[in-house]
Amino acid sequence: MLSNLGNIILFSSVFLSLTLIFFSFKEINSTGEIISKKIYKISLIQSTLILFCFFTLISAFIISDFSLIAVYQNSHSAKPLFYKISGTWGNHEGSLMLWVIILTVFSFLFLIINKSHPKNYRLYTLIFQNILILGFLFFILFNSNPFSAVKPLPAEGLGLNPILQDPALAIHPPLLYLGFVGSSIYFSAAMASLITNYSNKFFALSIKNWVLISWSFQTFGILVGSIWAYYELGWGGFWFWDPVENASLLPWFAMTALFHSLLVLEKRNLLYFWVIILCLITFILSVMGTFLVRSGILNSVHTFASDPSRGLYILFFLSILIFSSIFLIFKKYKKNDYSINSNSKETFVLINNWFMMFYLLTVLIGTLYPIFTDALSNNKISVGPPFYNAVIFPIVILFLFFMAIGPKTKWIKNNFNNLKSFIVILFFSIVINLLITFFFKSYTILSNLIIISSLFLIISSLLDLKQILIRGKFDLARVISHLSFGFLIFFIGLNHNFSIEKDFNIKVGETKSFEDYQIELKNLEIKDHQNYKAIIGNLSINDLVNGEIKTLKPEIRIYDKPKTLTYEAAIKTNFLKDIYITMSNIDRSEFYNIKFQKKPLMIWIWISVICLAFGGFLRTFQNAKNS
Amino acid sequence: MQKTVKFLILLTFLFLIIVFYLSLGKDNSYNTENLIGKKIELIYFESFDNNDTLNTLDFKKNNLTLINFWASWCGPCRVEHPILMKLSSEKNLKLVGVNFKDNKQQAKTFLGDLGNPYDFLAKDSNGKQSINFGIYGIPESILINNELKIIKKFIGPLNKEDYKTILAYVK
Amino acid sequence: MKIKIFFITFLLISNLCFAMNDVVDQNQIHKNLRCLVCQGQSISDSNSDFAQTIKLVVKDLIAQGKSEDEIYSFMAEKYGEWIVYKPQLNSQNLILWIFPYITLIVGGYVIFYLVRKKTKKV
Repeated sequence: MLSNLGNIILFSSVFLSLTLIFFSFKEINSTGEIISKKIYKISLIQSTLILFCFFTLISAFIISDFSLIAVYQNSHSAKPLFYKISGTWGNHEGSLMLWVIILTVFSFLFLIINKSHPKNYRLYTLIFQNILILGFLFFILFNSNPFSAVKPLPAEGLGLNPILQDPALAIHPPLLYLGFVGSSIYFSAAMASLITNYSNKFFALSIKNWVLISWSFQTFGILVGSIWAYYELGWGGFWFWDPVENASLLPWFAMTALFHSLLVLEKRNLLYFWVIILCLITFILSVMGTFLVRSGILNSVHTFASDPSRGLYILFFLSILIFSSIFLIFKKYKKNDYSINSNSKETFVLINNWFMMFYLLTVLIGTLYPIFTDALSNNKISVGPPFYNAVIFPIVILFLFFMAIGPKTKWIKNNFNNLKSFIVILFFSIVINLLITFFFKSYTILSNLIIISSLFLIISSLLDLKQILIRGKFDLARVISHLSFGFLIFFIGLNHNFSIEKDFNIKVGETKSFEDYQIELKNLEIKDHQNYKAIIGNLSINDLVNGEIKTLKPEIRIYDKPKTLTYEAAIKTNFLKDIYITMSNIDRSEFYNIKFQKKPLMIWIWISVICLAFGGFLRTFQNAKNS
Repeated sequence: MQKTVKFLILLTFLFLIIVFYLSLGKDNSYNTENLIGKKIELIYFESFDNNDTLNTLDFKKNNLTLINFWASWCGPCRVEHPILMKLSSEKNLKLVGVNFKDNKQQAKTFLGDLGNPYDFLAKDSNGKQSINFGIYGIPESILINNELKIIKKFIGPLNKEDYKTILAYVK
Repeated sequence: MKIKIFFITFLLISNLCFAMNDVVDQNQIHKNLRCLVCQGQSISDSNSDFAQTIKLVVKDLIAQGKSEDEIYSFMAEKYGEWIVYKPQLNSQNLILWIFPYITLIVGGYVIFYLVRKKTKKV
């Protein structure tokens, strides 16, 4: 029943998209500057229907209707309600529904919010957005339909992968999709702007908030994914430079470059084509990321069940996006006369873009290179953390300095009368860094430079913050984001250098001592849960420095449906450090492997990223209020 | 100038899409079969039963040697064992068994029950020897010639196909 | 020419920064080796039979006085390049290692070019 309902809605959505495209074309040729009510209505009905369709799918998950393929493959009647619901978008088919929702809802919102912009520009945006919607609807209908009926009706579902049964992972996809699927709207807008020659600062104004919103959600999405990886994968790290993680980072770099360039387009009417290219690239990278993750050509921890026919469809879609973008740009490209003074805010925005492109291309080649070597020479190689760390981090140092100086410059022509203050800030950064190495531990030259440069950014942003608090300026959002970015790098630097990691095998009743810690495996408990059995280790950790004794209980979980073993870390968090322990069994032995980690300042890394994203939301809010 | 740039951009994206397309049908799981053709270095084995040793240079005397890593706790080893038994009658082929991270008594029982196909039985009690041969899962077998070159690697239990392949080399 | 010199000094400096840490860190090595039998995990993250054995051998190699890079080459020799997360600098991987710096230099040149035009006029 639900299966039929879903299919009917999907087909009517295809029909509505076609109608929208048809009517939009008709209106483009008609006179008059107002878009007719009809189009608004159809767009509203389309969004409502798609949402309704999604709720249909959710209810199928809630009532465990295994006649639907998506429910059958990813759910189980014994699963807790919360994970039944989050299971809706935790799989390939369901997540595509989320794609289509964001595409349609953003298309409707863009239509009703930007009423002050030219009719044709808005209509073309609507047309392009609906072409994208159609592309994904066809993909769902012909290849990945969650509503496909399973015959005969199975008695029970196959269950959801246990490591995906997690609150962070329940909200991770929606956040991330708001980010990179959200970028579709400025892809469509950029195409429309090329066609209608709507190339001035008003174009920048029309997409500015969309870029900021999607960037903020993307930041949050990446954060939640990292937090999940940190406590669920049991390795104690939060970023692995895994291809799938990189796929979410690539659009983020493009978005960051984009909203900085938009400032130049808005204030100085420059860099129009560059902005367009960034708009197009952001969404193209998002679709490419989807291709890499869903087609199964990558070897990664986070793989979706892969299927080459899906890959083929997305690749086809991706090629259309790429070549139509290239075609339009080549057709409309005009050489512009740039007048940029070397010492001006424009230059610093360009420098931001320069670094963003460097990061983007580095991560891009690192992610794609193994695919190239495998496809062209049958040679499989791995590109992992050592590559990215070696290439990216030395460049971050320069970037942080520019990030501190840039915002203090003026548009058009600047003169540095604050050179002295920079030297003072640099002096203080070096002193603080020396104090850290003096009181705690010394580290490599590279780490020294990174910490000095992040301190430079932090101090100079703090001084800006003081100015704002005294005088009250519009710049608060920028200062918050730059400051948090400085803190982020600072805390990552300290965390990296002051972490302790110890790996050993232990029997029940044994005690192990190392550095300032003494660890005892007191006993093991076995507990039966609704959908898994747990072996819980009772470990007491004695901190010999301050005499504190803590008890941590890592778990080995044995899930039944589907049959899997997972290792749950036990984490004690406070404002100074995380104590992180995982326990795993060793085959054919009574020993357990314990991995002990001390991770200083972990929580501050998360807080920095939250503040970073908050800056984006704040700026959007301020923009909305001002206009 | 502008035309060349345009052309290059188009070419880059075309290249990207073609590579993506080529990768689609490929199996992305990794195995060490690309190491075929490499020469084995000098490695010493400890005998399973006594204090004897054997080194890889001794394999030069044999026309072909099949080095088989196995353990009594490994289920698939039980599955492939009959094939090893059949191979043991081949004159042109010497079988070297390496008992991997095993309990000596259980290993003896295993061979007692299923028969001992090996011309030489070595032990690798802590598993370190397996790394020298690029082994990553048990069972795994390596076929080498009298120049100590790896001719073939069999990852996982030997099956009938593998048996035929080995026979083709032997004859 | 200038670019070349800049590039070489840059590589030297960045190498120097890494070389500073010459104590061989066992955990670091475990993290940079791929566990071949586990999906996308490093040796450090796994305690499968394979990972345990590799850990033993790494310990031995360190005791023999092998450097970090020598250990990676040893593993790549035995298992193929797939096992090391740090791609070796050879003819096949040259583009991978150089491409990022090329983009950096080209990007810098473009900005320099855009900005210089204006400065000349004034």
